[in-house]
Amino acid sequence: MKTLPAFIRFNQISKHFGEVKALQYVSLELAEGELMGFIGPDGAGKTTLLRIFTSLMLPDSGSVTLGELDVVTDYKKIRQIVGYMPGRFSLYPDLTVEENLHFYARIFNTSLKQNYHLIRDIYGQIEPFKKRRAGDLSGGMKQKLALSCALIHHPRVLVLDEPTTGVDAVSRMEFWVLLKSMQQQGITILVSTPYMDEAAQCDRVALMDHGKVMVVERPSVIEDNYPGQLFSVKTNQMYRLLAELEAYPEVKHVFRFGEVIHMTFNSSKEEEIVPLIKDYLKQRNHEQISVSRIKPGIEDCFLSMMETPQKA
Amino acid sequence: MKKLFYILQKEFIQVFRDKAMLPIIFIVPAVQLLVLSYTATFEIKQVRLVVVDQDLSVASRELISKFSGSSFYSIIDQVVDYSEAAEFLERGKADQVVVIEPDFGRLLVTEKTAEVQVITDAINGSAASLMNAYATNIIIDYNREIMVKLTSGQAVSLPIHIQPLFWYNPELNYITFMVPGILVLLVTIIALFLGSMNLVKEKEIGTIEQINVTPIKKYQFIAGKLIPFWLIANIDLAIGLLLSYFVFKIPVIGSLWLLFGVASIYLLAVLSIGLVISTLSNTMQQAMFISWFFLVIFILLSGLFTPIESMPHWAQILDYGNPVAYFIKINRMIMLKGSGWSDIQENVGILTVFAIVMFTFAIARYRKTS
Repeated sequence: MKTLPAFIRFNQISKHFGEVKALQYVSLELAEGELMGFIGPDGAGKTTLLRIFTSLMLPDSGSVTLGELDVVTDYKKIRQIVGYMPGRFSLYPDLTVEENLHFYARIFNTSLKQNYHLIRDIYGQIEPFKKRRAGDLSGGMKQKLALSCALIHHPRVLVLDEPTTGVDAVSRMEFWVLLKSMQQQGITILVSTPYMDEAAQCDRVALMDHGKVMVVERPSVIEDNYPGQLFSVKTNQMYRLLAELEAYPEVKHVFRFGEVIHMTFNSSKEEEIVPLIKDYLKQRNHEQISVSRIKPGIEDCFLSMMETPQKA
Repeated sequence: MKKLFYILQKEFIQVFRDKAMLPIIFIVPAVQLLVLSYTATFEIKQVRLVVVDQDLSVASRELISKFSGSSFYSIIDQVVDYSEAAEFLERGKADQVVVIEPDFGRLLVTEKTAEVQVITDAINGSAASLMNAYATNIIIDYNREIMVKLTSGQAVSLPIHIQPLFWYNPELNYITFMVPGILVLLVTIIALFLGSMNLVKEKEIGTIEQINVTPIKKYQFIAGKLIPFWLIANIDLAIGLLLSYFVFKIPVIGSLWLLFGVASIYLLAVLSIGLVISTLSNTMQQAMFISWFFLVIFILLSGLFTPIESMPHWAQILDYGNPVAYFIKINRMIMLKGSGWSDIQENVGILTVFAIVMFTFAIARYRKTS
């Protein structure tokens, strides 16, 4: 991946809102045709970064370039070649599906007919409802219409701000399939999401927190680089388990992870630690104890990075 | 140009798709014109009068009959005791009291002078001065009659005879005066409110995000926001003029072209104010409050209800920046006096400058990036 020439370049971007530092010296590069995921919790700065890229917001310092174009000075050209789907549904709810699409096609000097092939896969699914007002569509259909409108002018770069937030699991999976097909057509895609499980769908992910990019890597590499060994612990006494594990001497990180607890240790080998933990928990009247080493996911990597201080 | 057309097409679809919009645009102004024109009047038709006749003579009865004969007065009671009459005033059951002193009739003959006291409820100052004028007129009238009698039939003529002539509104009809002003009010409300709401609505529901990443130019977007309401307000003005012609029998004496020409300039100014308001606010509620704030000031200072000349000096200075005042003045001149271009050019010039300044300001304020 690194060998491809940079197509989009974020260079030392900073932005603050009053006291809040939304972005602090963010730098990263994307190759043409890449699908980059921006992953992080709410308030990490994902939306701000994408809004700066789409020329909706000016950075306090730093620059963003797309090929030869600067997003601040060449914003007119940028707007012609970038498609943006905001996090909030931003089409006209009082216009019909068809009217919205025609309107956005026309103001980009194109027509639905001309670019129908681009959006056929997506628009095809909502075309039976084309006379319905956009405001009356379901969440998944709204999202497909928004994507159609963002693609209608055949952009080279597609920017999606949390497109899957508030969408059901099936629609989310469908959506990623659609994004992949867009990528097949040569469109570079920047997508933000708060869902860690979607990271695996991206070519590379940028993990963001508190206005900083902690790492930009392929998801598999991030998982492989997990520092130390990760264990999953479960007992019948989950309520007090977390506090008791935190009190264990050798412990490094302890996270509640759905129904289980994920933890790492400062030293110790796998063979030694499992019986030690089991004994420790037995002494404290836990039953149905299960302790096993597991392969870390993106979320584990993210949480461990949040705990370790980052170089700026 | 083509893009502007598509933007306008979209705006018109949206305006007319909203079921509440048609009545707001076309019926509400008509109702307002009909209701306001009849009710916003300072004429006082039925002054409730209490007479304190302490004389009970022929002369006092003659004076009282002058009042009862007047269409402006209805005598609700006639008492002898002054305190009884005062109570009527205090309870708000009477508007005016006329007190005739005990020796009124005799003094008129012997001393050739007598006194009548007029007490008026002056809580509403302008109404009080009107009632006072009515009463004074009746008493003057009576004066003239008894002078003839007292000089035993010799015709008496005052050295200076005043003959009032009321131009442009010979019947002193209040509606004639109000209608042109209320017409201005209606188009102002439509332009200011609908204009300011529309852009804020895009902000509030977030549609502006998607618009801002398109290559739509600033002027195209703003023109798309102004032109529909500019047209609608002009149509409202036309409806209002038709109503005033057919219902109130007030024709436009001056040139219709001139009137609509001025209206177009004026509406550009008002729509631009609306646009500035919408760039300043983030929600429709905020826009609504700011619009009301300006509208109330504009209207109260406009000279619609009270003449600008009688306002305090500072208010008259404020009125230099009040587009509503200019247009009401111009509209009255064109509609009632038939004034031509040369009579109104100065005011139209000011309106034009106002429109250009506000429009430029609105465009400068509207930004795509934050």
